[in-house]
Amino acid sequence: MATVRIPKVLQAHTGGQAEVEAAGANVGEVLRALTAAHPDTEAQLFGEEGDLNRYVNVYLNDEDVRVLSGLDTAVADGDTVVILPAMAGG
Amino acid sequence: MATGAQTKQVVEEIEPFEAAQEIEGGDVVLIDTREPHEYQEAHLENGKLVPPGLLRDEIAAAAPDKSARTILYCRSGNRSYLAAEQLQALGYTDVASMAGGILAWQEQGLPVLAASGMTPEQRDRYSRHTLLPEVGVDGQLKMLNAKVLLLGAGGLGAPTALYLAAAGIGTIGLVDDDVVDASNLQRQVIHNTERIGTPKTESARIAIEALNPDVKVIEHRIRLDSSNILGILEDYDVIVDGADNFPTRYLLNDASVRLRKPVVSASILSFDGQISTFVPFEGPCYRCLYPTPPPAELAPSCSANGVLGVMAGTMGTLQANEVLKLVMGIGEPLIGRLVLYEALGTRFTELKVRRDPQCPICGPDAPEVPESEMGQFPDYDAFCAG
Repeated sequence: MATVRIPKVLQAHTGGQAEVEAAGANVGEVLRALTAAHPDTEAQLFGEEGDLNRYVNVYLNDEDVRVLSGLDTAVADGDTVVILPAMAGG
Repeated sequence: MATGAQTKQVVEEIEPFEAAQEIEGGDVVLIDTREPHEYQEAHLENGKLVPPGLLRDEIAAAAPDKSARTILYCRSGNRSYLAAEQLQALGYTDVASMAGGILAWQEQGLPVLAASGMTPEQRDRYSRHTLLPEVGVDGQLKMLNAKVLLLGAGGLGAPTALYLAAAGIGTIGLVDDDVVDASNLQRQVIHNTERIGTPKTESARIAIEALNPDVKVIEHRIRLDSSNILGILEDYDVIVDGADNFPTRYLLNDASVRLRKPVVSASILSFDGQISTFVPFEGPCYRCLYPTPPPAELAPSCSANGVLGVMAGTMGTLQANEVLKLVMGIGEPLIGRLVLYEALGTRFTELKVRRDPQCPICGPDAPEVPESEMGQFPDYDAFCAG
């Protein structure tokens, strides 16, 4: 199981949960487990082609999955997947 | 001079201009062998104070490498000569004493960092800074000479500006076209109830001047856009991004990369804050981190969603901390690192930010911007709405 950290802007779609446990062998599977449990998150995370939306940053622990293997990046038990939103508030 | 016991090696003496050349070339440990009060008056840049009476105890910390080139100076060259003899006896192998000391150095018109650059009031005001070895008089003078521009005198800009002003940042520019509203005061601590309705730049200037008369405040009571941004940024050393919208954040990024100005960038929403420091071509830029802005429904604003005032203060003071480190050249700025702060859990998370090889602004394939097009930028409102 991995822990997915849900940003404030998506928590309305996870019943207010800031962290969701999700199973999967790689980042894509973990995020798919999240969208299966909370279907409203799907449109926010994935485009029509099934790719991550370009404005969604996803980190495995402290590293951007863009510099790893993207959605294919392997996830180990106990890893944290961070969904990072751009925020403009000042 | 060298009339000591025969076992003593003769100390190499060098003229101030030779010392200056070596210092300029780098890789020199420079030791000031006078008393603290003399050092406070004036000393050479990067000169480390090791008073003669404390030489044996403190030299290892000031000059850990016994084989490194080590130049000593004092007032007129006597104490540094004796100290150099002591260092040689301690096993230092490449020691020189500067003949004539700082007096000869100054007679030759070479520069010193003089506390005379600070008034007695300033020495008192900043004494808790100058007592810190990492800051010292040098660091304080760097702050007094620094010019820092704050984008936004709001939730982030208010605490940042107050702490930068207290620290003695010599020039603070403020960009904001808004006026103080009662709903700002829960977090924008630079403003007050009396000044509701006053332009934010003016309200902030009044507060800063009351706090520290050393600070020169420049009000830019405008909204930043493509036509004015380069002219404003040009005059500043460090930019602090506390803007409340994406178009301004992308515009600032693209302009600051063109001008190679460092940006301390933070953003806040509800209980969450983010902060990073973007130094063009040294680390990633804002677009390396966020290539594409989110659609409007995923980019709520503080006015629509609320924000915990004290969390804005936490992030604003973290921004001030970054600015001071950049200005003084100390510590480890948040280059290539993004720190997330979540106030409800009181949790900090650090993420790595890499330079994006595909970055259209700072990547290796980013097009050179010709001089004639420096002031031309994309339509950010359309970009951010898309």
